[in-house]
Amino acid sequence: MNVDDIKKEFPIFDDKIQNNDLVYLDSANSSQKPRVVVDRIYDFYTKEFSNVGRSVHYLAVAATNLYEQTRVSVQKYINAKDKDEIVFTKGATEAINLVANTFGQKYLSEGDEVLLTELEHHSNYVPWHFLRKAKNIRIEFAEINDDGEVTLEAIEKKITNKTKIISVSHLSNVTGAILPIKQIVQLAHSKNIPVLIDGCQGAPHLKLDMQDIDCDFYAISGHKMYGPTGIGILYAKKKWLEDLPPYQGGGGMINEVKKEGITYGELPNKYEAGTMATAQVIAFNESIKFMEKIGIQNIEKHEKELLDYGLEKLRKNNSVNIIGNPKEKGGVISFTIKGVHPHDIATILDEDGVAIRAGHHCCQILHDKLNLPATARASFGVYNTKDDIDKLDEAINKCKKIFNL
Amino acid sequence: MDLKDLYQEIILDHGKNPRNLGKFDNYNKDAKGNNPLCGDNVHVYLRLNENKKVEDIAFEGHGCAISMASASIMTDMVRGKEEKEVKEIVTDFLGMIKEKDSLETKILKDDEKTKLMSLSGVKQYPMRVKCATLSWHTLTSALDNSDQIVKTED
Ligand SMILES: Cc1ncc(COP(=O)(O)O)c(C=O)c1O
Repeated sequence: MNVDDIKKEFPIFDDKIQNNDLVYLDSANSSQKPRVVVDRIYDFYTKEFSNVGRSVHYLAVAATNLYEQTRVSVQKYINAKDKDEIVFTKGATEAINLVANTFGQKYLSEGDEVLLTELEHHSNYVPWHFLRKAKNIRIEFAEINDDGEVTLEAIEKKITNKTKIISVSHLSNVTGAILPIKQIVQLAHSKNIPVLIDGCQGAPHLKLDMQDIDCDFYAISGHKMYGPTGIGILYAKKKWLEDLPPYQGGGGMINEVKKEGITYGELPNKYEAGTMATAQVIAFNESIKFMEKIGIQNIEKHEKELLDYGLEKLRKNNSVNIIGNPKEKGGVISFTIKGVHPHDIATILDEDGVAIRAGHHCCQILHDKLNLPATARASFGVYNTKDDIDKLDEAINKCKKIFNL
Repeated sequence: MDLKDLYQEIILDHGKNPRNLGKFDNYNKDAKGNNPLCGDNVHVYLRLNENKKVEDIAFEGHGCAISMASASIMTDMVRGKEEKEVKEIVTDFLGMIKEKDSLETKILKDDEKTKLMSLSGVKQYPMRVKCATLSWHTLTSALDNSDQIVKTED
């Protein structure tokens, strides 16, 4: 793959940002968008717009077909068995809330346990916390080790005969640790426990094969996969989507509505109440095509090279402390600089056009465990180059200079 | 924008070695503030004597250079002042950070005003304004005996 050519496909890099060439190292937060995705939204609104699934006129039928085509693309991309196993949501957050809410309603009661890990994003903790309040369930956290990873053993240790569901990240958005999800699923299934994977950081960077992973649920965030905001995906095995109650009520998800009662629609409509993010779903098809064109193996290889280069470079930089040292790691480097707070780092780097994130990255449990209120984080996407990492390193040196280190 | 306006020597100095950091025993007012976006927090303790004078003041917490320096300078500045005066200084400071070009209060001496004005660099960095104002809002909350934890969303 040729990164220079790929970069040209992203309009954001065409112009200077605050007089600087943009060094975008915040893709774990949200990725930039290729022109094809942006254009698709424009074209849809200007030439093809109509609401989906409701009217019989030409535009409505065409829009419905486009919308459903994305479902099929996603199904193929993640190797799901059936297109009805793909539910569109507004983001991964909503996908996780959907599972917590509906699974919780039907299968959780007082004293039951939900098993998470210490490195979960707030999106994969707060929805379960709601159930702790509403149903008096317990939440257990599998521990991270000193390298910032969660091992199969750490999960096994926390499974009890009360564990009703396990919900874990595919790839940590802070330490970059890739969890042994396939083994976790095998272990859980041997005890009849379903597994939800928060795949926000997995989906943009790793090959996805739902048949191989065999998880029950997998949550995806479209905006981290070079797609528009406002779209996420819940993959769920069909048996679950048929079995669980609907999530939101409204138009589109019903079969028959009478004063005496209501019957719900078939899959996938059952979980897509109201007007969905139609344009974004349709444009997300372009993101999938964009990633397929490059090839996920090439993306993985490229980001691994960047990661190795970045780790080597930053390890050589005195006063930089890298958070975690997982054996299996994705393109995320969280770090601190002794004597400079992460927010100050981020502001100073920004002055040179180096965009990183500082804070707890929605992982306060993890930061409490690390005993750090905040960290700085550089994360990679297909458009990043070694030059970006050199600029990061230079900007870090400037930081040290300003703080007299 | 210029980083030198933001990270002036005095800010770096107070950020690195914050004055009045810690907690003392006989405080009679306190309040907590936090910044939910970044997890920074501050806890202000103070002792008002019978004449409503700030006899002592200190803070605990962690945060960036700007927030630590701001809390440090603030605590230095209001010690020994009357509650009424403290409130005037807070209002004046917050007004300066929000919109005004200078400080107007007569309570502070010129060199004190210069010190406070060193925080005015944040005006060019909208995302950092809350770092400078958190401890000040928290001080107000302590004086008002508010049980609400201050959050920096405004
Ligand atoms: C690991 C993880 N989980 C969940 C989320 C939330 O995803 P979304 O923004 O699609 O709701 C994020 C993104 O911030 C994330 O990194």
